[in-house]
Amino acid sequence: MDVRVQDDDAVSLRTAKAALPLYITRIKVYPRAIKGLWRRVKWAALIGLLGIYYLVPWIRWDRGPNAPNQAVLIDLDGRRGWFFDVVIWPQEVYFVTGFLILAAFGLFFATSLFGRVWCGFACPQTVWTDLFMLVERLIEGDRNDRMRLDRAPMSASKAARKGLKHAVWLAIAAATGGAWVFYYVDAPTTLVKIFSGEASLEVYFCVGLLTATTYLLAGWAREQVCTYMCPWPRFQAAMLDEQSVIVTYQKWRGEPRGKHKAGASWDGRGDCVDCNLCVAVCPTGIDIRDGQQIECIGCGLCVDACNQTMDKVGRARGLIRWDTLASQEAKERGASGVAWRPVRPRTLLYAMLLVVVAAVIAGAFYLRTDTDLTIQRDRSPNFVRLSNGDIRNSYAVKILNKSRDERRLQLAVGGLPGAVLGFVGADLDASGGATRLLVHPDSVGTFRVFLTVPAAAAPTGSKSIEFVVRDEAGRDRASHDAVFVGPAR
Amino acid sequence: MPTKIEKDTLSGQDTTGHEWDGVKELNTPLPTWWVYTFYATIAFAVVYCALYPSWPWLSGHTQGLLGYSSRAELSLELAAQTEARAKYVDRIRAASLADIRKDPELFNFAMAGGRSAFQTNCMQCHGAGGAGSTGFPNLVDDEWLWGGSIDQIYATIAHGIRNADDKSRQSLMPRYGADDILTAAQVAAVTDYVLSLTGRAKATPEGAKIWQEQCVACHLADGKGNQELGAPNLTDGIWLYGGDRASIYRSIYYARNGSMPAWSGRLDDATIKMLAVYVHALGGGR
Repeated sequence: MDVRVQDDDAVSLRTAKAALPLYITRIKVYPRAIKGLWRRVKWAALIGLLGIYYLVPWIRWDRGPNAPNQAVLIDLDGRRGWFFDVVIWPQEVYFVTGFLILAAFGLFFATSLFGRVWCGFACPQTVWTDLFMLVERLIEGDRNDRMRLDRAPMSASKAARKGLKHAVWLAIAAATGGAWVFYYVDAPTTLVKIFSGEASLEVYFCVGLLTATTYLLAGWAREQVCTYMCPWPRFQAAMLDEQSVIVTYQKWRGEPRGKHKAGASWDGRGDCVDCNLCVAVCPTGIDIRDGQQIECIGCGLCVDACNQTMDKVGRARGLIRWDTLASQEAKERGASGVAWRPVRPRTLLYAMLLVVVAAVIAGAFYLRTDTDLTIQRDRSPNFVRLSNGDIRNSYAVKILNKSRDERRLQLAVGGLPGAVLGFVGADLDASGGATRLLVHPDSVGTFRVFLTVPAAAAPTGSKSIEFVVRDEAGRDRASHDAVFVGPAR
Repeated sequence: MPTKIEKDTLSGQDTTGHEWDGVKELNTPLPTWWVYTFYATIAFAVVYCALYPSWPWLSGHTQGLLGYSSRAELSLELAAQTEARAKYVDRIRAASLADIRKDPELFNFAMAGGRSAFQTNCMQCHGAGGAGSTGFPNLVDDEWLWGGSIDQIYATIAHGIRNADDKSRQSLMPRYGADDILTAAQVAAVTDYVLSLTGRAKATPEGAKIWQEQCVACHLADGKGNQELGAPNLTDGIWLYGGDRASIYRSIYYARNGSMPAWSGRLDDATIKMLAVYVHALGGGR
């Protein structure tokens, strides 16, 4: 017996699996279309999120000459992250790490308040799967039509419908992969190059890879990703508690369930008319009336489905509703429910962590300088004895200029009296006594610096010193610790 | 041998027919996708063998229809590298050493290229950082046997020292003791004189007399040496073969006359120019 594609009456996956042996292939889910408040919220989220994803690379941002005019661009070749007026260098990647930590705590925070809202409304897997299901529904029809089509023998019209569906899926997938690439290269020129065959192999590879993953994950894998691949459902239980607002079935009101004839009495029975619409609309194929389960992504479509049925049979809405487990337990005991407590130790902790991480990022960003100095001492040889006996150390000096202006900087050394600085490099300006190091905009200046001290003043072994760069106005711009090594006596 | 193949009622699969103490094994076929992937790898291998070098013969191997060889691929990559560098290398070839030092782009390219060439060709004797060792001059300090200007450094690298090259640096210090020009006592006396130049011994009249007769032609009367002849300065703290009494005695008795190969025949002119820029910038350049 194959229960997979013959039952037009919705059966939850749990029930369907119970009839099959231990190892089974996937039971295909045919979610039915539904209208309602939460469906509208999901459409709005889909339009907003896909809009952001597809449009952001096309925002132009004038940064003057010799800089990209794309507002958001992660330039891997040039090793710069351009985010509007902020430019991130590779050594500042911790800002990205900070935002990822922020996102993680944000997810914990939202989950402890509202359950799996991320899964149900904002996760890319959900958004793209929704879009692919919309395409499927427009081409193959709703749940029963699709089941009938799958059961039907292959025919010209079936092949045409299936072919068209996969073609549209692939087109969306390719546009998705393309949009991803545009975050890393200049969008308008690369779009032209992709179609004229002039784009780099990397671009084609990334577009191809993301086309394949989008097509497979949103078209074929769907709820399997959420149930089997994604780690998040596995540890969400640690974020949820009895005060989290989740999708619940009001068992105390719905049971005992059963079919109901129009005009019959509602006495001695529950409000659930066992229409199975909540199962039919579920994108992961579960029955919410079985209670909390790992497959539930909290999308609220069963809420819409149940409300529609309740309206039809003339009972109050909200048999399936967003509620807390604590409130449901109270109602089961006959109380009128308990008030929602959004402020709990758990949510306070997550909120506090959010604030702390955000403050750390903001602080680091505020203290960020546009000039940076790194010093590397030559260790082969450790020091050089000059013909007059003086002791000299050599250093590779790198000055990072993150600003859009050329910098003329003076290098000074502290902690080594009598030291004389010498410079090798082409970007030097030695006019007017002091040597100035020229560092071009948005680049790293590399210089070789010699530090020479008379033999009598040379330290025995190594001595800590400090290099400082100052701008024309004499302000310290950056400093770096180093050592000077003299002969052991 | 399989004894009895049965159909398993639960899964609908055949058993393998083996039985161990009542335990039977299902003969579950491999997943279809797995089997087709396996066939695809076989097809891939056949196509690969036809296209690429694969089967060894007693001498050589099959060449493959594409005529691919990793050696040819390497030379293509090297050619592409050379081509990518060409725009800088051509400019370096055309520019004077002084101009290279003034142009930031060329200077940085020459420093990187010179460093790479130094690590390949020079560090065996002069050390990774140019610090040298006994008999191999330190290129980081400020003493130069044959001159420390960038043009002199370039000439030394290109033509070398005391070798068969026409323009090689040439000079020869006599083996004063070994060739019986001076007696051992006379060598000892002149050793004292050399030490006296740095205030480490008292010169004898005999030592001063031999110094005047034998040494001043190259090392000059004040002992400061002559870079035209590669004669080192004997009055400073830098000693290529050691500055203690025994080392100086040996240097006079046997002479040293170190040599260096000419690189003009082995490296192209642009590389030698980059090496000159790099060595000059190591710290001792004048």
